[in-house]
Amino acid sequence: MAGFDKVVNTYEEALAGLESGMTVIAGGFGLCGIPENLIARIKQMGVKDLTIVSNNCGVDGFGLGVLLEDRQIRKMISSYVGENALFEKQLLAGELEVELTPQGTLAEKMRAGGAGIPAFFTATGFGTPVAEGKEVREFNGRSYIMEESVTGDFAIVKGWKADRYGNVMYRHTAQNFNPMAATAGKITVVEVEEIVEPGELEPSQIHTPGIYVQRVIKGTFEKRIEQRTLRQA
Amino acid sequence: MALSREQIAMRVARELQDGFYVNLGIGIPTLVANYVPEGMEVMLQSENGLLGMGAFPTEAELDADMINAGKQTVTAIPGASIFSSAESFAMIRGGHVDLTVLGAFEVDVQGNIASWMIPGKLIKGMGGAMDLVAGADNIIVTMTHASKHGESKLLDSCTLPLTGAGCIKKVLTDLAWLEIEDGAFILRERAPGVSVEEIVAKTAGKLIVPDHVPEMTF
Repeated sequence: MAGFDKVVNTYEEALAGLESGMTVIAGGFGLCGIPENLIARIKQMGVKDLTIVSNNCGVDGFGLGVLLEDRQIRKMISSYVGENALFEKQLLAGELEVELTPQGTLAEKMRAGGAGIPAFFTATGFGTPVAEGKEVREFNGRSYIMEESVTGDFAIVKGWKADRYGNVMYRHTAQNFNPMAATAGKITVVEVEEIVEPGELEPSQIHTPGIYVQRVIKGTFEKRIEQRTLRQA
Repeated sequence: MALSREQIAMRVARELQDGFYVNLGIGIPTLVANYVPEGMEVMLQSENGLLGMGAFPTEAELDADMINAGKQTVTAIPGASIFSSAESFAMIRGGHVDLTVLGAFEVDVQGNIASWMIPGKLIKGMGGAMDLVAGADNIIVTMTHASKHGESKLLDSCTLPLTGAGCIKKVLTDLAWLEIEDGAFILRERAPGVSVEEIVAKTAGKLIVPDHVPEMTF
């Protein structure tokens, strides 16, 4: 790599330095916009005791669900984990810890983490089990709880197009958590469908500026659909 | 007769106003989209990052990168926008959504809502529900009035862990339209053929019954 060129050619290079016990922030919503090849590489690496910050945990056999197969995840920070029988089994057996976090709070934790904000106050979760043990403050007559931001040793992100400098665009609702995840990794790895030359992406249309990104790799994607709902033509 | 799922959706749809941005929860709330009055424009917000959600796609339109918050494949209407989860929840938490419709296990006279967790059963997570109830001013909860065993779900105090505290003002059950004010449910409308007595019997929380309780018509 030279200058701003962030492109790596193998998934070995893409995740070099990822070790057991690290925190990994992952983009994606359900199976939409997940970094599926980076997840597969983490499985192959066999690293364990990971803390994974992701809205969901994939399904059995796909997405982050594959990391449950060899018990690589110690803790999940997620808003919804209901699509996954193995997850349930490990949770009930006490082999897996889960920190359920409201979806908007989770997005904001990543955003704040990437923006150097250690904590923020939100009304979400006040008066619920989510508020237990958290500082409460009143602003303008309303109660808010303090939520701490998150950062990761690695962030794994799925983009649509990137240029060699790591500027990224996302496609449709595959954007979801990816832009926030991208800002919150010490090492942010983005896998994309297409890599173009600097200057080919319209600067004002870039979702994630390259300053957040350390490595870019081109992958091929299955893009599995979770709920295939159709109408008659 | 208790309201059908479709009738619940039809009654909620009467609360829509032209130009509303609306978030519809999974289940019955989703059906509200089928009853938007002719000539009225509303835009549906899906919390995974889509404002202007359209119908399900045809086979030709199907795209794995276009889903809604229920993880179903969808389309976007002309004039839609797509954005990140942080942007989506800025809309929700910042109070920019005009109407939120969602289901619940229990509500109580203080406007508390429990909808995400039954202790002892598997906890799957709250998704965006806590953000939605904390961020919206105008929320309609749709639910059955009582359980299959006849136990009221409209209580003086929720027994299940809360989704949000003091945030619910309007409830539509299969039996009645109620508002929550000053620590009580107020019976505003009843389902066709359902008596005030039946509603009183099935409401455990404090209930105020005005002199005249109109019957809904469909």
